[in-house]
Amino acid sequence: MEIWVSQFFNGLSVSSILLLIALGLAITFGLMKVINMSHGEFIMIGAYGAYMTQQIFKSTLPKSLFDAYFPVAILVSFVIAFAIGYLLEVTLIRFLYGRPLDSLLATWGVGLMLQQLARSIFGAPNVAVSSPSWLDGGLTVFSGVVLPYKRLFIIALVALCLFAMYLYIYRSNAGRRMRAVMQNREMAACLGISTRRVDSFTFAIGSGIAGIAGCALTLIGPIGPSIGTYYIVDAFMVVVLGGVGKLVGTVAGALGIGVFNTLFEWWTDASLGKVLVFLCIVAFLQWKPMGMFAVRTRSLD
Amino acid sequence: MKKGNWLKGFVLTMTASLVLAGCGGNNNNEAGGSASPAAPASSESSSSAPASSPAAAGGDTVKVGILHSLSGTMSISEVTVKNSELMAIKEINAKGGVLGKQIEAVVEDGASDWPTFAEKARKLLSEDKVATVFGGWTSSSRKAMLPVFEELNGLLWYPVQYEGLESSPNIFYTGATTNQQIIPSVDFLLEKGKKKVFLLGSDYVFPRTANKIIKAQLAAKGGETVAEEYTPLGHTDYTTIIAKIKEAKPDVVYNTLNGDSNVAFFKQLKDAGITSADLMTISVSVAEEEVKGIGPEYLTGHLVAWDYYQTTDTPENKIFVENFKKEYGAESVTSDPMEAGYVAVYLWAAAAEKAGSFEVDKVKEAAKGIEFNAPEGKVTIDGDNQHIYKTVRIGEIKADGQIVELWNSGGPVKPDPYLTTYDWAKGLSDQ
Repeated sequence: MEIWVSQFFNGLSVSSILLLIALGLAITFGLMKVINMSHGEFIMIGAYGAYMTQQIFKSTLPKSLFDAYFPVAILVSFVIAFAIGYLLEVTLIRFLYGRPLDSLLATWGVGLMLQQLARSIFGAPNVAVSSPSWLDGGLTVFSGVVLPYKRLFIIALVALCLFAMYLYIYRSNAGRRMRAVMQNREMAACLGISTRRVDSFTFAIGSGIAGIAGCALTLIGPIGPSIGTYYIVDAFMVVVLGGVGKLVGTVAGALGIGVFNTLFEWWTDASLGKVLVFLCIVAFLQWKPMGMFAVRTRSLD
Repeated sequence: MKKGNWLKGFVLTMTASLVLAGCGGNNNNEAGGSASPAAPASSESSSSAPASSPAAAGGDTVKVGILHSLSGTMSISEVTVKNSELMAIKEINAKGGVLGKQIEAVVEDGASDWPTFAEKARKLLSEDKVATVFGGWTSSSRKAMLPVFEELNGLLWYPVQYEGLESSPNIFYTGATTNQQIIPSVDFLLEKGKKKVFLLGSDYVFPRTANKIIKAQLAAKGGETVAEEYTPLGHTDYTTIIAKIKEAKPDVVYNTLNGDSNVAFFKQLKDAGITSADLMTISVSVAEEEVKGIGPEYLTGHLVAWDYYQTTDTPENKIFVENFKKEYGAESVTSDPMEAGYVAVYLWAAAAEKAGSFEVDKVKEAAKGIEFNAPEGKVTIDGDNQHIYKTVRIGEIKADGQIVELWNSGGPVKPDPYLTTYDWAKGLSDQ
């Protein structure tokens, strides 16, 4: 019984992490159709953002304030990743709209450059981030089942990000302009929307959210130059399975993959579990090529 | 619609290929390659190759190659080994060099990529005409370089603990083989009454070979393997594995995970409310450098098995650590593979001095039985298999990130890469 409770929670927790790493991609790839292979590196940038914030807190502020560093780190990670994403869009991505193959190769190269840049700045070895003490330990539901606070925190953080994104995309003027541009660029431009500004801002937001993901992942995973490579595949799988261009699809995709992966891994082992998940995704996409939630479109192609 | 499908299919194949690439990933510690031992090449085969004329006639310098991953995933570990090798070269040069010549290091980047290792090894031997090469970390990188060194009759010094079952006439192994790390550590656990063992490793050759040995040993000595789990390299979610560990209730987890996975595993183990007091783990790929990257608070009280720690109490080590910190910053730490790389340079220099020549065959001949007072204590080159006698040490990780020795083998242990001296290991090495 307690195994099932904790495994259910694990499935939920894995899903929340998948969703967190895929949210940014749901924007840059899902909405903008840029095959952004450097998405993982933005996660890495977020992780190093958390590390830098921690170092600054350690060296300049009294010990009593140290625990407050994490909320600040989330903000810092977002801002840094947002800025780098904006820069990347303005200098490179904007020349590659509508050319998925070229965008794939170019962003792959950017990813490699960012990795090497991180190596030059922070050194090749991993760095350690101490999690704030208020996230240590866990909630004991009943004996044998402990829900770690860090994972509860990540679930809450994902919910918050989702809600904020929902408000932005579906309930704000800026979001309406964004959707207009993504759906029909020429028409939006005719109506006086600055499509260039919307493009760069959208890409930057996607990158910023990847930064938040990186910051949160420092609680449970490694922080090093190449961590982006661990998350990129999962992020693409979630977005593709969920259906491109729909937030609700990304959520469903993350839940599906997370829960099934946990189940399969429990029954088999980690490698086989991943393979089985992958097979399920391939089979599902044979049946529904556009993913779980396809955007209805009136285009005749 | 069509276009969308095309994009979908494309991304899916891309991710599929990435997943597959990940499976054969090169972000491993001492991994990969084929499990079958390289058949010990007969001495004729190596001497029939034209003896390369090493040491580009630079008059007063001798070139040596340093070949490690300075970029890519493995640079996490290998950069530090390169650093200690360069430090050894600097020290020897300050004392007047080898045979009156200053050592000139040619540093190459293996880029965490096995074919690159082979390519750069060839370049070092045939273009730079180096006298010897220090390098490699993963077994895959070593196995990629091995044929090149045998073909061109070069000399490679390999500094990392590995799965054994190999002995090339052109390689000297200065890291531990299994009977200098894994086997004594299992004996130690059994002595402490920890009989039920949960095996957890990354999914490639080194952990699988190590676990095969551990299982045979446990079966022969009254222990029990309660489970054997592998995770892909770069795996970052250990919640299910930890649930399985809780279910199996082992006395100890024998951890052969490699690289970044260790960070995820130990962080999540602590989050699940399991401390070293509740459940002991012992690791063979976590040294001081990794402890620093994981965060000591997650590792306090857990065990490791190596042949050297920064805290190892020898006069040579005091000087070594002091010099290393002077060279690479007060924050830097020393670890077993770094020390083995450092020792390799000194052993080569001593062998060349004894041979009175830089020629590979003469150096190899002279190397037999050479002794050196290393930071880890006395080491001796075993002429039979070109490994070295090393002292085994089990240590406990402390809150400050340093490792304190709990037990040692009392003296250097003779290397036995093919486990010929263990009855229970019969049949392990012939597959």
